[in-house]
Amino acid sequence: MNNRIIYFDNNATTGTAPEVLEAMLPFLKDQYGNPSSMYAFAGVSQKAVNKARTQTAALLGARAEEITFTSCGTESDATAIMAALRAQPDKKHVVTSRVEHPAVLTLGQHLEKEGWSVTWLGVDDKGRLSLDELAGALSKDTALVSVMFANNETGNIYPVAEIGALCRDRGIPFHVDAVQAVGKIPIDLSSLPVDYLALSGHKLHAPKGVGALYVRRGAPFRPFLRGGHQERGRRAGTEAVPNIVALGAACELAAARIGEENTRVRALRDTLQQRLTTDIPDCIVNGDPDNRLPNTLNISFKYVEGEAILLHLDRYGICAGSGSACTSGSLEPSHVLRAMGVPFTYAHGSLRLSLSRYNTREEVDYATEKLSQIIDRLREISPFKE
Amino acid sequence: MWEYTEKMRDYFLNPRNVGEMKDADAVGEAGSLACGDALKLYLKVKDGVIADASFLTFGCASAIASGSALTEIVKGKTLDEAMTVSNSDIARYLDGLPKEKMHCSVMGREALEAAVRAYRGEPALPAGSEGRIVCKCFGVTEEQVVRAVRENNLTTAEDVTNFTKAGGGCGECLREIEAVIADVVSGKSGDAAEKGTAGAPAGLADWRKRKSAGAAPLSNVQRMQRVMTVLDEIIRPRLRQDGGDIELVDIDGRTVSVALRGTCTSCPSSRLTIEGFVQQTLQEQVEAGIVVREAVS
Repeated sequence: MNNRIIYFDNNATTGTAPEVLEAMLPFLKDQYGNPSSMYAFAGVSQKAVNKARTQTAALLGARAEEITFTSCGTESDATAIMAALRAQPDKKHVVTSRVEHPAVLTLGQHLEKEGWSVTWLGVDDKGRLSLDELAGALSKDTALVSVMFANNETGNIYPVAEIGALCRDRGIPFHVDAVQAVGKIPIDLSSLPVDYLALSGHKLHAPKGVGALYVRRGAPFRPFLRGGHQERGRRAGTEAVPNIVALGAACELAAARIGEENTRVRALRDTLQQRLTTDIPDCIVNGDPDNRLPNTLNISFKYVEGEAILLHLDRYGICAGSGSACTSGSLEPSHVLRAMGVPFTYAHGSLRLSLSRYNTREEVDYATEKLSQIIDRLREISPFKE
Repeated sequence: MWEYTEKMRDYFLNPRNVGEMKDADAVGEAGSLACGDALKLYLKVKDGVIADASFLTFGCASAIASGSALTEIVKGKTLDEAMTVSNSDIARYLDGLPKEKMHCSVMGREALEAAVRAYRGEPALPAGSEGRIVCKCFGVTEEQVVRAVRENNLTTAEDVTNFTKAGGGCGECLREIEAVIADVVSGKSGDAAEKGTAGAPAGLADWRKRKSAGAAPLSNVQRMQRVMTVLDEIIRPRLRQDGGDIELVDIDGRTVSVALRGTCTSCPSSRLTIEGFVQQTLQEQVEAGIVVREAVS
């Protein structure tokens, strides 16, 4: 990782792990065979893709044949959702939440225009879903429930096992957008009642341009991309062999390091939170502190605006995210914070710090010190400070 | 990541004239916390000249820089001169703002007007406080939209969103904004602000009619009539301003063939005129599916 950069934006993307880069390099250089071709040279690519499938399945407690490689998390989500809906053309109801990533949220809004009815589950002030509300929304017409495993902004972890059980009782397929969860918390699909699960390579130290979709054996499926027979006809298109190899390596690495995410990284995040909330008055932590990804801190500072904080942090090489309107290109603050009812005074001043196993205590100390100064400075300019 | 100029970054990181002015002669405010940005401008006035100015801003980097630039611009100006400062003056002072951030400069101009009006004892806020609301999400009035369109030669609803925020929330008013733009472009909006809401502009009236009539498909005859009306009332007057003209050659279903005349024939951007302005105006005013082709003579 670059020495001049303090990278606290790992929910946006992650740096490619050195081991991952090493694993993929041969397939960017000499091993360029097309896995579909009929000679030994291409067989090397075929074997590498198979190995990656086994590595990815292992991280999730899935079977290799339940893994389909895609180009990104968004493609995995769209493939799963459309597959489930096309397989059940007589059912026209979908249940999802107001805090989904745009990959699901925007697709849901599109489905509404196309004639499906969508139940948008609300959340409480900590961003938590109500299982009763969810159970009440399910009907004979429900074709799919789609809920994220963990939220990209707050880090909130949702009760996938409980939701899955409700769906299974009623025979309703259940899709989980696990893009933020995979590699950060243990996931065992051999015991979780989940039918589809989406993940993205670049959120777990593989490069951008690769994702995967888990489809439980027997779950209804219709392909999204049609064409060649790749991925057993589930996703046509020549395999992105180097990226797939990288994803496999990243999954194997994540399985080995997942303990560290939940001990050392969690401790760093907790230190960051504790120091910021102590040093800076008028700030609140957004989300559910008892049920959060170990790497994520979403914190709001009253009277200041998120983009202004980010630009000041950028001067010191500190990379972070914000749910403020000005950082999104849209003009409204984060749909997640709004769904939680975070007051406007705080929603515009939200800052997301998301760590990884490559962060250090020194970085946390430095960022804390700089943030205190920045917030002080911006509050001096603000007409709202008391 | 936004592309900011060096000067904008400088005015954000090292803002000039920050702070409350205890003995200010005039204070003007614009924006609001709910909208995500707000500016408070303080003026010290001596013999009709702005002797000093300071500001406080809640908002993003370009809002802070715009507030600071504004104070530098108005110092030394008479109040009359200050009233002519436009949002593009503020943006220019910073060597430009990303178009998505132009609303920050508009906020600067609004705060300045509010301050001068307050100093003169005129009713506060000529814009925003009264008039018909177009965008409910951000409380933007028709007059504010008209003014932004006029002062900055805006042509699309997206432009209007960038300059005023209108349409940037739920997006329900985007069609209405397009109708307002068409009115301004065609000169029909006249001085809607001064006239109040009495004479609703024709394009807007059409739009309301169409809206209340629902999205019933047009018959061929209806479509032809409307295409001809829009060409005559909106498109031709605009082209004539530049010494050009347009001739309707044929209407076949939704395909409209036209020929450009006058200076338009030798204009290198004639294709842009047809695809951009003519087709877009017809799509907005008549029917979304309309395609405009240049007739080969």
